[in-house]
Amino acid sequence: MTQRTRNWLLLAPAGAWFMVMLIIPLTVVFIFSFGERAPSGGVVLAFTFEQYGNLPARWAAFKNTMTLAPIGTLSALLIAYPLAYFLAVKANPKWKTILLVLVIVPFWTSILIRSYAWIFLLGGRGIPALLDVIGIEGVRLINTPFAVLVGIIYGYLPLMVFPIYVSLDKLDKRLLEASSDLGAKSWKTFLQITLPLSIPGIATGCMLVFILLMGEYLIPAMLGGGKVFFVGNALVDLFLQSRNWAYGSAVAVTLVVVMLITVTIYMRLIYRLGASREDVSIM
Amino acid sequence: MGNGDYAQDAAPKGRKVVAELRGVSKYFGEVCAVSDLSLSISEGEFLSFLGPSGCGKTTALRILAGFEVPTEGVVILDGDIVNSLEAHHRPVNMVFQQYALFPHMTAAQNIGYGLRQRRPRLPRAEIADKVYKTLDVVRLGGYEHRRIWEMSGGQQQRVALARAIINEPKLLLLDEPMAALDRKLRKEMQIELQDLQRQLGITFVLVTHDQEEALSMSDRICIMREGCIMQIGSPQELYDRPNSRYVAGFVGTSNFFDGILTDNKGVLGTVRVNNEMPMQASHGSDLAIGQDVCISIRPEQMKLHRQGEGLWVKVLNRIFLGEHTEYLINHETLGDFLVLSPRQAEMAESPFNPGDRALVSWEPSAALILDNK
Repeated sequence: MTQRTRNWLLLAPAGAWFMVMLIIPLTVVFIFSFGERAPSGGVVLAFTFEQYGNLPARWAAFKNTMTLAPIGTLSALLIAYPLAYFLAVKANPKWKTILLVLVIVPFWTSILIRSYAWIFLLGGRGIPALLDVIGIEGVRLINTPFAVLVGIIYGYLPLMVFPIYVSLDKLDKRLLEASSDLGAKSWKTFLQITLPLSIPGIATGCMLVFILLMGEYLIPAMLGGGKVFFVGNALVDLFLQSRNWAYGSAVAVTLVVVMLITVTIYMRLIYRLGASREDVSIM
Repeated sequence: MGNGDYAQDAAPKGRKVVAELRGVSKYFGEVCAVSDLSLSISEGEFLSFLGPSGCGKTTALRILAGFEVPTEGVVILDGDIVNSLEAHHRPVNMVFQQYALFPHMTAAQNIGYGLRQRRPRLPRAEIADKVYKTLDVVRLGGYEHRRIWEMSGGQQQRVALARAIINEPKLLLLDEPMAALDRKLRKEMQIELQDLQRQLGITFVLVTHDQEEALSMSDRICIMREGCIMQIGSPQELYDRPNSRYVAGFVGTSNFFDGILTDNKGVLGTVRVNNEMPMQASHGSDLAIGQDVCISIRPEQMKLHRQGEGLWVKVLNRIFLGEHTEYLINHETLGDFLVLSPRQAEMAESPFNPGDRALVSWEPSAALILDNK
């Protein structure tokens, strides 16, 4: 067996998976998106742009996704960075592993159950009831964009913490001493050394969370109560309830395209910012 | 700690003291890293901390740099007590082991880092000007836009050096700066570093475990062991007049003969070696009769010959080293030891061969009675 055949054989399972689970379904959805709704539900193949023409009807879902996904990513970043920094730089090594496990623990529980917990917390008998006691009345949290945002940040925080933690953890701590030795106060050391060297972690974390958020549907469904819905919710509705596969496919294709465009722009930005910083080798 | 006689913790006279440690100790939890360090460093000198790993030499350096706050004692820099003054306020710069260069900056950006932190801000042109001058000083002209990982170990070391000296520190601290270089480059850098020190007049404090490095570069060496200073002195003082067996063994090689001190009245003391053989040797230190001591004689201080006075020994082995010939010899009471015979002596008399009997002798002043620790 030549090296070449062996390589192909080794790649075959992943390749087959990729074909069956990604390429073929995407192609099918792409083809469906030009079709028409069959009277009994499902799709009749055709070549029409009618479904794309109907997209503005689902504008709200796109608007929610395109606002809450970036806001959620940014909020998660702002919360995750100090946490990751503490874990990587400040935490007592003895406690580090335990603290890291605590960050992952929520991942071991179903997001469904955790979202239910938030329904109670944000619902009438949760935090609003507490606020009521101290005199702040009439606060409504559940079924608002805020509730969805809380759920999103809560659910995706670990995905943001870990890449940043890794980049901060492998940061050579002597660089911080060197910076201090050369006369930089601690916050200047942070801005000039720590932050630039953790950009790869920030980039990875943001990318992971943002892409997953674009396709999110469970959290808006549960905490948004049908009032705050994402494109994901629209897709569930179109495919499962109204059984309008053609229209659903057009929405799905649009989502993929929007996602690709956003990610490309983002990559460009990061590359420009981090071009000199990627491939950061700590001697 | 040691015998006061030779320990010179005062800096050479007539020069201004830039830094001083007084009774400095540092504990990490229960562990004592350095204990009761006292020494002063005078302007423009090259001082080395020499000792095996874990002897506290790096801790001493980090205390001077401001990375560690001493548990006890006082650190004085330029006349001020600076015990808890943070590193970024100290007029002291360090060349780190493995250099700790900023990987996201070019060589020039690394070198200018210290100047960019100054407040009030220095004009950009002035910083650039100084960076270029310093690049020339460390012979890295033309490398200003290189990335750190594009540079060799030796070049990185020069960048680290330039990054420190551009700030014109009162003290330049060097933490095993040559450890990552290969042997040939290390030699070159040693000479270059010495030149640079003379040229700039900056006070250098070097930490090293390499005795050759310390001997060849330093004005004074501070020998450390288990957190304590054993002896401070010029390389020659340490070599000729070590105050303990430890120092004699650490600086150069020596033959040691264990025994008990039986007489310490005259210029020469008497030691009963291996409980049977009385030997005379000079004793400069306050040793008590009955104390466990050793006699130290450097291999090159011993002479092998065929006639005259001396101890009868047997030659076990002969190794030709070029300018010297090293003999391993055996004496029935003293055991095995080394004799280094210079080339002239070898030329004058026909060399000894393994199995030959020979006489060995030395000047009594070359034999030192030392505390056996």
